[in-house]
Amino acid sequence: MDALAEAFRLIITLDADLYEILWLSIRVSLVALAIAAVIGLPLGTYLAITHFPGRKLCILLLNALMGMPPVVVGLMVYLLLSRSGPLGWMGLLYTPTAMIIAQVVLITPIIAALSNQVIESLHQEYHDTFYSMGVTGRRAVAAYLVDARYALTTCILAGFGRAIAEVGAVIIVGGNIDHLTRVMTTAIALETSKGNLTLALALGAVLLTMSLLVNALVIGVREYAEKRQYA
Amino acid sequence: MPDSLLPIRISDLRLNKRDRAVLDGVDLTIQEPGITVIMGPNGAGKSLLLRCLHGLIQPDHGQITLGQLKVTDSRNQQAMVFQQPVLLRRTVLQNLAFAAPEMARTEPKRLMQALESVLLAHLADQPARMLSGGEQQRLSLARALLGKPALLLLDEATASLDPASVLLIESLLKTQIARGTKVILVSHDQGQARRLADEIVFISNGQVAEQSPADAFFAAPRTPVAKAYLAGEIPC
Repeated sequence: MDALAEAFRLIITLDADLYEILWLSIRVSLVALAIAAVIGLPLGTYLAITHFPGRKLCILLLNALMGMPPVVVGLMVYLLLSRSGPLGWMGLLYTPTAMIIAQVVLITPIIAALSNQVIESLHQEYHDTFYSMGVTGRRAVAAYLVDARYALTTCILAGFGRAIAEVGAVIIVGGNIDHLTRVMTTAIALETSKGNLTLALALGAVLLTMSLLVNALVIGVREYAEKRQYA
Repeated sequence: MPDSLLPIRISDLRLNKRDRAVLDGVDLTIQEPGITVIMGPNGAGKSLLLRCLHGLIQPDHGQITLGQLKVTDSRNQQAMVFQQPVLLRRTVLQNLAFAAPEMARTEPKRLMQALESVLLAHLADQPARMLSGGEQQRLSLARALLGKPALLLLDEATASLDPASVLLIESLLKTQIARGTKVILVSHDQGQARRLADEIVFISNGQVAEQSPADAFFAAPRTPVAKAYLAGEIPC
């Protein structure tokens, strides 16, 4: 109980170490999310509305990549960025950028696969009407993205939820370096192993609150859309 | 007044689905303005014929010309209203604006006039998909008419609507006819066909069994299958 009380004191008194870790976690996850959304949404949309040989295989791969173990992603990015790896010359290993790259690899398939399902279903629904109205190409894509805005928001929030709670990949490529690459999840793992439950609990409480907020937002967006028949 | 797409000539139209001939050599010429109602039993090929006319389905064989044009070249002079209206996840007014973006920019009042014509102006800012079935279909018709089509195709567009919506849609169709639009309507509703049709095309087993002026068709159908259909002996 003492550890829990101390944890809340850290949160309430805006403890510098805690907020440094919190801010880095949010920054890394938001940048990764933005990049993953910029790649994942067009990719999911493209696969939903075009037909080419191997399209189904691509969708199958995307769906499979959704469940990719984070440590495997971490290992792949590590091999890529390590000094002897193909991108080793960039010196990115054990930096926040490396963590962003790992998170992008992790959440892009999630955003792409989920948005693919959303847009594909809308494409099937709108196809005849759009044909009849002469709506094609970019105009159709823009319409899908606008009309699927709430569903796509929940896809993006799902990506954020995965990114912020991820530990396996970022610990491998980030190294959990104090004041440089230490984020909430890696800090919790470290502090717990050291027996310093106060900071671990405080970070855990913040992480749990963020997870609850993201999920509440997902439910709120979904309910708003369903209420107005925009889902 | 829109340029006419008449006569519509369909020759030897064939379409197979799962090794079954669903359109089995349709030969048909529609040359009179007004409303042509396509009738026939379930599975006869009525909706497929309409979809071929609109270019939504490519037939396996045969030709369709509308006036001097092929189906693909006549697309922007055609509009189609489906049995299940598909509306965008936007407001009623935004649905019309999407269908006619140029008009929405230059003459937004005309969009409101279009809504007034289908008695939906008071719902302009409502989410379109929250409208009742009848209201959605009226919006769908208003959207189809924005482009002043020369040919309007309706695939059982009033099935399962309330009587008031059916009458309003029928009245709009008559207005549209007066403006020079050719209407081809698939309907199972004999009452509606009697009220609206100038001409009946009766389809059975993927072929045109009969094409007659409406009065003559209902007074004395020439084919046994049409006779049986009108007598209710063949399921709609």
